[in-house]
Formats: sequence, C-alpha cells, structure tokens
Amino acid sequence: MSCQEVCEFLDAYVDKELDVFTSSQFDRHLTECAACRAKYDQYQQMHDSVRVHMEYFPASEEFVQKLRAQLHQSGRRPAENIRRSWFPQWRVWAMAASVVAVLLLTAVLLRMVRRPSSSDVLAEEVVSSHIRSLLANHLSDVVSSDQHTVKPWFSGKLDFAPLVKDLSSKGFPLAGGRLDYLDDRPVAALVYKRRQHTINLFLWPSSASNSRPRTLTIRGYNVVHWTHSHMAYWAVSDVNAGDLGEFAHDLED
Amino acid sequence: MSEEIWNKRAGREVRKIDHELFERTVLPYINSAHNLARWLTRNEHDAEDMVQEAFLRALRSFDTFTAGRDARAWFLTIVRNSCRTWHRQYRSHETSMEWDMDAQPAVTAWSDPEAVLIKNANSQLIRRAMEQLPFEYREILILRELEELSYKEIAQIVEVPLGTVMSRLSRARKELYIRLGQPTGEMGV
Repeated sequence: MSCQEVCEFLDAYVDKELDVFTSSQFDRHLTECAACRAKYDQYQQMHDSVRVHMEYFPASEEFVQKLRAQLHQSGRRPAENIRRSWFPQWRVWAMAASVVAVLLLTAVLLRMVRRPSSSDVLAEEVVSSHIRSLLANHLSDVVSSDQHTVKPWFSGKLDFAPLVKDLSSKGFPLAGGRLDYLDDRPVAALVYKRRQHTINLFLWPSSASNSRPRTLTIRGYNVVHWTHSHMAYWAVSDVNAGDLGEFAHDLED
Repeated sequence: MSEEIWNKRAGREVRKIDHELFERTVLPYINSAHNLARWLTRNEHDAEDMVQEAFLRALRSFDTFTAGRDARAWFLTIVRNSCRTWHRQYRSHETSMEWDMDAQPAVTAWSDPEAVLIKNANSQLIRRAMEQLPFEYREILILRELEELSYKEIAQIVEVPLGTVMSRLSRARKELYIRLGQPTGEMGV
C-alpha cells in the first residue's frame, strides 16, 4: 500500500470499515512508514478527542411525555366512539375479564408443565446452539472485534440492547455477534475467542433475580449460567471450566 | 404544533395502527432523533418541532414499516428528511453543498498534519466549529461520531452511495479539525 492510499483509507481505517485484507495491508504500511504512522496517530487522537467532547442532546423528559400523551390521545378517541355505538360497555369488560382469566390459567398450567427441568432443557438448548454455530460455520453475522460496531448492529433486531464488553485485555477478544433463537425468543449471541477456542455468550432479558455463575458440563462442553440486572447469561465453550469461570467473572465486573 | 392540528392530521388515519407497538418501536430512538435534530437545526425549539413532526410522519407511515427492519435507521431517515426540508425553507442562504464538494479529492486537506495542532478540543469549541459546517457535513458527523452508525446505515439514511459516505465523512472531519485548529478569534471561514 502506498502513502497516498493510506491517506485515502485513513477514515475507513479509523472507523474499522476496511475489509480484513486492506486493513492488514494498512497495518503493515504503518509499521514500515514512520511519516504515515505519525499522521495516523495524530488523526486518531484528534478523532478520539472530538468524539469524547462532542455534546449529546437527549430529549427532555417533559418532551417525551408530551409525545407519548399526544400519541395516546390520537389513538384512543376514534376507537372508543366506534365501540360504544355497537357494543355495550359492560360486555367489553366481561369479555376482557374472561380473556384475562383464560390467559392466567394457561400461564399457570404451562409453568406447571415446564417446571420440572426447564433450566436443564435450556442448558441443552444452549449447547446445541453452540455446536450448531460451529458446524454450520455460521458464527457471526457481524464480524468485528470492536464493541462499538457489534453493539449497534443489534439495534432494531432485538427488543433489548445487549451489553457488549471488550475483554481482549483479559485474553478474551471479541470476534463478532449474531442473532440466535433460544427459550422461545430471539437472543443476542456474542462470540469471544480464547486462544483457538470459541466461546458463545447468549444473553436475553429475564425476570429472574440476580444469581451467581453456576457451572455445568453437558456432552463435554462447559456451560456457565448466571443472571445479572434482569439479563440471563449463558456462556458455552470447549475451554476448560476454569477459563470459562474467569470469563464469566470478567464479564460481571 | 398545536394539539388540534395534531389530532386533525393524525386522528383519523391512525385508527388501525397498533399504538403500543409504535411506541415500543420508535421511542427507544427518541434521544437519537432529538440529538440529530438539535445539531441540524442548532436550537432546541426547532429541534423539538422537527422530532414531533417526524414522530407524526412515522406514525402515519408505520403500516409501511416491516417488523425486523432497522427501526433506528428508519426513524432517523424521517427525522433527517424533516430537518432537511426545514433547512431548505429557512436556511437556504447558508453554505450548502449543492455545488458538489464531494467531487473534490478528500486527501488534499489533510496533506499537512501540522495544520492541526489542537489536541484537547473542548465541547464549546466543537459546537462552534460544527455550527459553521454545511448541513451535509453536520449530519454525517453526528450519525458517525455520536450515533456510531456504520457507513452502510449512514448511506441508507442520507441516501447517497457508500463511496460518497466515505469521501464526505473524510472531508467533513478535515473541515472540522481545521476549524478546531484555528485560534478562537479567527474561526470565520
């Protein structure tokens, strides 16, 4: 790669938008050319400084409330008029009550049926998902070691924002992320590496209270499960249980 | 916007729309929307007007939004278009990129790294420098530096090819850095 090309690709490199090949060529040029290296350092420094200091203007709480109120108002009025004209009010309530009762009953029954081993079944499911991701060579939909690339990729694809941590300093570099389906819902799957091993970290919102990491072994794979801040975490890998425990510990920090 | 106008424009058409779903889809991005509008209009009052207008537009076209699509990009596109219309209407006399800054090579402005010596940019300086930049530069900088969107997402929102995103962002940054590098008194273009 020439110095001219380095200039051209500087922004894409800073933004981690270069493909792997061009990026590695860029890296190589920087190690060989002191002038470009200096230019890049300064550019990166400037870029970081601007990003840190650029103000963010969130919407005020009152403004959001106002939007919300207008939304509800615009939706409710016409619907009420229609309903009243052909359906007596009490019947609506009676119907609503019976629907709620049926739903409650169903929920209770489902819980009773599922209770015996729902956690074990889920652990099995997690391991299968891990194996499938390796077999199908479908590890990542977004390939990046940058948490600021991986995290935004999930927005709009999930109804929650997964916590994406960079653990490369602890020896668990981030490799990417993808969508998966577990426990009857779409979940975030983050891919980390430990030397040659792959760690899949599955996470999704959970109503369970906080729990400490618990390790199990299923079909030769180590699985660690914990709950934190209303998120369920499942880490699964073929690395040894000690390493995986360390991984869970670093994530929790 | 007054309440009557809101109801008149929204009330009849939105009957069939699932308001809760709309709220869950759009409200998570209300801060992103406000932030973008605030930087593009450069004042709070107009920013809120723009977000409110975009919110209403989004509600009206919510039936064309398919679940699973990137809701943030969808909503920010609407916000951005509202701001652009507003800008054309009220700020058309300002520097614009209509004469095609994109066509110029982005490299030249950064030929000399010494041109920019400032290392500790502060937020006030950045705001002043940003406010002097054309609309097209501001939007791309906010979408990238604050919203951390990918080039692909930006291309979708700003409705330009990927290559243009790259070169425009490059130029926008250099224009910004050069302004930040100038002593406070001489910030004029």
